Amino acid sequence: MKPFAYERPHDAAGAVATVTADPDAAFLAGGTNLVDHLKLGLAAPSTLVDVTGLTSTEITDLPEGGLRIGAGVRNADFAADERVRARYPALAHALLAGASGQLRNMATTGGNLLQRTRCVYFQDLTTPCNKREPGSGCSALDGWARHHAVLGATHEPADVACVATHPSDMAVALVALEAQVRVLGRDGERAIPLTDLHRLPGDDPTRDTTLAHGELITAVDLPASPIAAHSTYRKVRDRASYAFALVSVAAALAVDDGGTITDARVALGGVAHVPWRATAAESALVGAPATDDTYRAAARAELVDARPVESPRGGTAFKLPLVTATLAAALRGLAENSAQEAR
Amino acid sequence: MTTASRPFVPHAVGTAMPRPEGPQKVRGTARYTVETPGSDALYLFPVQAGVARGRVTAIDTSAAEALEGVVAVLTHENAPRLAREADADHGVLQSSTIHQHGQYLAAVLATSSESAREAASLVSVEVVEEPHAAVLDEDSPDLYTPEALVVGVTDDTRGDPEAALAASAVTLRRTYRTPMEHHQPLEPHATVACWEDGRLVVHDATQAVSWTRQALAAAFGLDESDVDVVAQHVGGGFGSKGGTHPNTMLTALAAQAVPGRSVRYALTRQQMFDLVGYRPATVQHVALGADREGRLTAITHDVVDQGSKIGEFVEPAAAFSRGMYAAETRRTTHRVVPLDIGVPTFMRAPGEAPGSFAGECAMDELAIELGIDPIELRLRNEPEVDPESGLPYSSRNLVACLRRGAERFGWADRDPAPRARLVDGWWHGTGVGSASFPVPRFPGSEATIRATGTGDTAGYTVEIAASDIGQGARAALTAIAADALDVGVERIDLRIGDTAFGPAGPAGGSAGTTSWGATIVEAADRFRDKYGDHPEDGDEADAHTPDNPWAGEYSMHAFGAHFVEVAVHADTGEIRVPRMLGVFAAGRIVNPLTARSQFLGGMTWGLSAALHEESVLDDRFGHVVNRDFAGYHVATNADVGTLDVEWLDEDDPYVNPMGTKGIGEIGIVGVAAAIANAAYHATGVRVRSLPITLDAFL
Repeated sequence: MKPFAYERPHDAAGAVATVTADPDAAFLAGGTNLVDHLKLGLAAPSTLVDVTGLTSTEITDLPEGGLRIGAGVRNADFAADERVRARYPALAHALLAGASGQLRNMATTGGNLLQRTRCVYFQDLTTPCNKREPGSGCSALDGWARHHAVLGATHEPADVACVATHPSDMAVALVALEAQVRVLGRDGERAIPLTDLHRLPGDDPTRDTTLAHGELITAVDLPASPIAAHSTYRKVRDRASYAFALVSVAAALAVDDGGTITDARVALGGVAHVPWRATAAESALVGAPATDDTYRAAARAELVDARPVESPRGGTAFKLPLVTATLAAALRGLAENSAQEAR
Repeated sequence: MTTASRPFVPHAVGTAMPRPEGPQKVRGTARYTVETPGSDALYLFPVQAGVARGRVTAIDTSAAEALEGVVAVLTHENAPRLAREADADHGVLQSSTIHQHGQYLAAVLATSSESAREAASLVSVEVVEEPHAAVLDEDSPDLYTPEALVVGVTDDTRGDPEAALAASAVTLRRTYRTPMEHHQPLEPHATVACWEDGRLVVHDATQAVSWTRQALAAAFGLDESDVDVVAQHVGGGFGSKGGTHPNTMLTALAAQAVPGRSVRYALTRQQMFDLVGYRPATVQHVALGADREGRLTAITHDVVDQGSKIGEFVEPAAAFSRGMYAAETRRTTHRVVPLDIGVPTFMRAPGEAPGSFAGECAMDELAIELGIDPIELRLRNEPEVDPESGLPYSSRNLVACLRRGAERFGWADRDPAPRARLVDGWWHGTGVGSASFPVPRFPGSEATIRATGTGDTAGYTVEIAASDIGQGARAALTAIAADALDVGVERIDLRIGDTAFGPAGPAGGSAGTTSWGATIVEAADRFRDKYGDHPEDGDEADAHTPDNPWAGEYSMHAFGAHFVEVAVHADTGEIRVPRMLGVFAAGRIVNPLTARSQFLGGMTWGLSAALHEESVLDDRFGHVVNRDFAGYHVATNADVGTLDVEWLDEDDPYVNPMGTKGIGEIGIVGVAAAIANAAYHATGVRVRSLPITLDAFL
C-alpha cells in the first residue's frame, strides 16, 4: 500500500479543484470499494480527497414530483426512505439486495454508482488484465467467468478484450427508473441521464464511466413516474445474501384491464459492463398480452445480440436462460400484483 | 495399560456450562495471537511468487531497504539457514526454487505493518518460469498410489467385488466430484515470534501447541525444551491450524535475524488461500451391487485426489465406505495426482465429508433404482460387526438415529416421486444422509493437577497444553476435571494452550475432549490415590494419556442421520434449504450448550459445502482466483433455515472414562448428500458434483 495524502476541502468545488489538478488524486466517500482496492494494490492514488459532508445527505422532493438524492446519502438511509419505498419500490429492493448491512451504512449514492466493474482477474495483480494493465490480455475470456458479461462486452481484439460486469444493484434500478445524475466539474454542474454515465469497454476497458477526471457526482434525480410505483427488483445470486448478482432484473409494468401491457421499464444487472437498460425488451412488451410467452419473447429480443463467455473454466452461457427465467419471474409477479390491485 | 480406578460420575458433565472465557471474548479483551504484546515489535510482510513453478534469478531489495522504518529484507540469499534439510513446504527462503504460486520469496521486517507492506511491493524479483501442472486429471502419468492414509491402508479389497457386481440383480455405477475447499477461520493464521538467548518463544494461532513446537524445534535444530509455543485463544481452525505451515516457519526464521525483537505476521485473507492448506478436490467412482431386496452384494469406492508435488496429504474419502454398510464384497482405493500447488491438509471430517457425499448419494440412487425407501435401504444393510475390522461396535446407533429422525421429520408421509411438489413457484423435496465418525484417541498428552489451599475449599489447578479453538475446550475440560476430582467446577482453575504444561495432542480428529479428558481423569485418579480427598496445599500429581484397554476389542464410532428439505425455484433454479434436522448418537455429551453449537456449525458447513464452497484453481496460473469472501462463498445466515439438532442418550463404557465420542466433525458428514438427494427429490435432477448451483436446474 503506497502512502498517500489525505485532504478534506471545505466544499465540493474545492474538492473538484483539488482532484482536477492532480491526475493521481481520487475522491473518497464511503470507501467500501476504494479502500479494498488500496489494500489490493489496484489503486495507488497520490491524494485521497474526502468528500464526506461536501455533498448533500438529504433526499428532497422535486417540484414536478420526483426526488433528488444527495450523493452523500448512505445506501441504508436511501433504502429506508418512505417516499422511495412507496414511489420507487424497485429501488428500495435493489438497495437492500446489495452488500451487507454494515456496507450499506457506509456506502454512498455517488460512490455506489462509481464502483469499479468486478472481475477476479482485475483484482489479482499476478494475472493479465486489460483493465488494470492495458494490452496485457483478458484472463477471464478463458478463465473463471461465472460473473461475467453476455451483453456489450469486448471479446476481441485480445489486447482490449474485457468481459467484466458492473456490480451495483442500485444502479440497475436507477437505470430502469430513468434517473439523471448531477455532476460537478471545474466548469460547473451538468445533468446527464444515468444511462450515459457508465460505458461499455469498447476499445478502452480501463474506463468504467464517461466522467472526466475530477468530476464529482453531487446528486441523483428521480423523475416522477406513475409506473415506478409498480416496480420490483429481482436478484438471482449464488447464495441468499451478500453476493453479487448473477443476473438481476429491475422492472416496472403497467397492464390495462384487458391484460395488455401498456408501459414497461426493464433493466438488467450482472450481464454487462454497465447497468443495462433493456429497451428491446420494453418494446416487445408494450402492446403485448401480459403472459409468460410475452415475457420470454421480450427476453429473447433483448438477447438477440448476446454473446456469452465460452470459457472452459466456467463461462456465462447459463446466463441466457437465466435472464429469460428471471425476467419472466419478475414481470409475472408485477402483473399479478396489478391484477390484484385492479380487483 | 491403565484404567480409571474410580468410577467417573458425571455431575458437571452433561450440564450446560457457558464458556468461562465467553465474557472476555464478547468484550474484546480475550487476546488472540496477533495482539500479543512484544518487545520492540516488528511487522512482517512477505513477497510471494506470482508463478507456479520456476526459479528466482535475481532479487533487488534496495528500494525496499531504503524505505523508512524497514529494518531488514530477507531473501533466500541472506536468510538464516534452517538446521536441517526441511521439506519444500517448510524450507522457507532456503532456495531459489519456486514450487507453488504464492510461495514466500522474501520477507520485509519494518516498524509498522504499512511500511512492511509497502516495502514488500518494492522488492523486485526476476523469475524464470517453468511449465507447471495444476489440473486434476485422472489420466495423468504422474498419478500414484500413496503408501498409506493418515489412518488405515490405501487400498482394501474384500472378496471379488467386480464378480459380485457383474452377478448382482441391480448394479449402480456413478462418479461424484467434490471441489478444492479452504477452511477460512475468521481469525487468519498469525504468529508472533521472538528469539532470546538461543531460545525461541512463539505465540501462534494453532490447534496444537505441541505439534508446532515439534515442527519448529526440528526445523531450527533446537531441543523442544528451548521452544515455547503459546496459543491462549484461537479463532477457529477446522484443521488448517493443525499442521505447521510456512507462515509460522517464516516468522520464526525472520525473528532469528533480529534477536531480542518480536516479529509478528498475520496473513491477509487472500494469503489464506495460498499456504495454509485446503481440502483437495476428489473424483470418486462408486459402484453398488444389490439383490432385489436391496441387500448389498458389493461396494466399490475408488478415489482420485488432488495432491501436491511438495508434500503429501491424502483425502481418505473412500474410507467412509469401509464401515458404513454390510456387503459381501468391497473395494476401496485412493490415488493421488500430484500438482504444482500447495500442500493439502486436514479439513473438518477429512475423508468422511467428501466420501459421504459420494457414498450417501449412491445409496439414494440405489434406493430409487430399487423402489425402496432410502431409510429402509440403509436399515437392510446394517452390519452386525464393523465390516472393516471385524470387531463388534462399542455402540452403533445409526438405526436409532435414522428412526428418530424420520419420526421427527415426518418422513413416513413422504411421496418418493420426484418433481411432484410445486409450492408458490418452488419445487420442494426431502432427503436423508447418514453420518459416521471414528473415536480416535491421541496419545502423549500430559496433565498436572495441583492443590491450592486445603480442606473443603481447596482449589485445584489443572494444567494441560490443550487448545481452545472456539469449540469450548475450557468449559468441557473444566467440567471433566471437576467430576474426576468430585468437586464443583468453581474449584477448578484450568490452564491450557501453553507448551509449559507439557506435551499434548491437538484440537483435532474430534479427539480433543477424549484425549485430554482421559488424561485429566487419569491424573485426578492418581491425585486422589496419593492424597485422598483432603490434600495439602501444593500436592501435585500428573499423568500421561492412558491407552484405551478396549481399543483392540471394539470398533468405536459416532453415528448420525441428516434430514433436509430443499426448495428449488421453478424459474431461476435458486436453491434454498428451509429445514434441516440432525440426529446424533455420539456418546455422552459433555456440555449441551457448546455441543449444540458444534453440531449446528457442522451442519451449516455441510450446507455451505453442498451449495457454496469451491476454491477455483485456475490451472493456467496455478492458484485460487476467487481469493476473498466475495468470491469464496460460505453460507450466510439467510441461507440457513430452521436447524434442529437432537442427540440420543448413549452410554458407551468402552470409549473412555467419560463415555464421550467426539462431536467436532460428525455434524458435517452426510449433509451434502442429504441436500443433493433432496434436490433430486424436488426437481428430478441429480447433481453429482459440488457445489450444487442454480445452473444445474435451468
